[in-house]
Amino acid sequence: MAQHTPRTAITATGLRKSYGDHVVLDGVDLEIPAGTVFSLLGPNGAGKTTIVKILSTLIGADGGRARVLGHDVATEPDAVRAAIGVTGQYSAVDGLLTGHENLMLMARLHRLDRARARRRTAELLERFDLVDAAGKPASTYSGGMRRRLDLAMTLVGEPRLIFLDEPTTGLDPRSRRGMWEIIRGLVADGVTVFLTTQYLEEADQLADGIAVLDHGTLVAEGTAAELKRRIPGGHVRLRFTRADELESAARALGGETDDDALALRVPGDGGVASLRSLLDRLDTASITPEELSVHTPALDDVFLALTGHRGTDENERKAGR
Amino acid sequence: MNTLTHAVGDSATMVGRQFRHMVRYPSLTLMLAGQAIVLLLLFVYVFGGAMGTGAGAATSRADYLEYITPGIMMIAVASAALGTAISVATDMTEGIVARFRTMAIARVSVLTGHVVGSLFQALLCVALVTGVALLLGFRPTAGPGGWLAALGLVLMVSFALVWLSVALGLVSKTVESASNLPMPLVFLPFLSSGFVPTETLPTGLRWFAEYQPFTPVIETLRGLLMGTGTGGSGVAAVAWCAGVTLVSYLWARKLYNRDPAA
Repeated sequence: MAQHTPRTAITATGLRKSYGDHVVLDGVDLEIPAGTVFSLLGPNGAGKTTIVKILSTLIGADGGRARVLGHDVATEPDAVRAAIGVTGQYSAVDGLLTGHENLMLMARLHRLDRARARRRTAELLERFDLVDAAGKPASTYSGGMRRRLDLAMTLVGEPRLIFLDEPTTGLDPRSRRGMWEIIRGLVADGVTVFLTTQYLEEADQLADGIAVLDHGTLVAEGTAAELKRRIPGGHVRLRFTRADELESAARALGGETDDDALALRVPGDGGVASLRSLLDRLDTASITPEELSVHTPALDDVFLALTGHRGTDENERKAGR
Repeated sequence: MNTLTHAVGDSATMVGRQFRHMVRYPSLTLMLAGQAIVLLLLFVYVFGGAMGTGAGAATSRADYLEYITPGIMMIAVASAALGTAISVATDMTEGIVARFRTMAIARVSVLTGHVVGSLFQALLCVALVTGVALLLGFRPTAGPGGWLAALGLVLMVSFALVWLSVALGLVSKTVESASNLPMPLVFLPFLSSGFVPTETLPTGLRWFAEYQPFTPVIETLRGLLMGTGTGGSGVAAVAWCAGVTLVSYLWARKLYNRDPAA
């Protein structure tokens, strides 16, 4: 396809979606530059998957417009479909077919000729470390292998934009890091990645831009650093052995004291520079804390700060969404 | 390349997928055919002796075998259709169909794959049942034309029931309900002229049996295979098949094209 790649991969304005009385999306605007990793961060039930479904032409929006790689999702769905790849939350592999057959099925649907189909399949099996399992039915694969096969199937058509809906949920830490490496590799090839996740750390590791979704509206947007600056959850905790040490430390540094635990909580991002200045000030005041620990904000802190409520409540029952 | 060649190519790919499933798990096909074969053996050997003495034209076990084989064939088709509903529902509840829907492929190809695959499965089931009936002493007197017409009718019925099952599979939210919904199809042949002449039934049931679609289909099939003439039931049989196919196809298409549930 000799089409030029638009500079903006996705634009969406005022996306709305309801199921009966339940409002899932309540006016979402997005602008995602091509060639970047965009992460939509939010708890279960926030509407992340619904946005992916709308942008990937799986369902229609009740209101608003969206263009993906220059094509309107509502009026030119096939043009959008030809340029995207989707790896959903639930693995979309054919369990009765082998890994090799699954990839060949995709190659045929992308209308690759036989020789190219075989080459592409072999290449992807190699790249995703599935060569040994290629002849086994996908139903016998482990969770991590299924995800890798799923993503490999998405890549058969060499999409310019990939939607990854919670690609690491339910994976063990090693498989998760492996998946991160794969995603970084995709970006290096110039692919735009739209990633949804429940984990701040994941967005932090991978994303150029992050948007936080809560109850169907975007509550914050920015880079990982920008978001973290807005979050008071990051702090350094100092513990002392004597109450007078705690008092003088509180005078020197400010922050919140916890008299029972003889601990002082000093807001900060935990970066090396701020930590060094903190230690310098402690030195100047000749105070030596018993213990020092750095707390980085977790997703729950982000939600608490941005929305005034914890992210994970009331969402367990909607986990099937 | 135009839309039609794409639709044909994609459908062929999906049919290939269904055949691969069938080859890899032949147990489903065997179970579906086995169900009809067990019924055939049950009716011929358990009920056949008693039925053969009183049921209409049948005067022996061999006669009764002749009488019920067309009905058993219909049960084989209905069982195969049950398999269709299950495999469609399985596909829909797994992520694979969501993947197909977000690819630039002919939408209809997913359903076409199921329909063609199931049609083949249904014919295979009917062939197995017919084979067993022949071993038991079923001796149809039809010439090549009669056999060909019978095959055509079996194909039409299968096509209608498979489309109906595709719709039932799509409307089911779970695989379990998909395996229950088409159950009446398997029982319907019992309430027709398939196993006893309708004259022997009580009034209400008799009325139902005379007007339900399986009766003209079974009468026609029997007439074709035994060379006894179809007695005008052929038109009704073909009309039923065409009607059920059309309605089911439109229903299935509507169900498939709606947004998938959240």
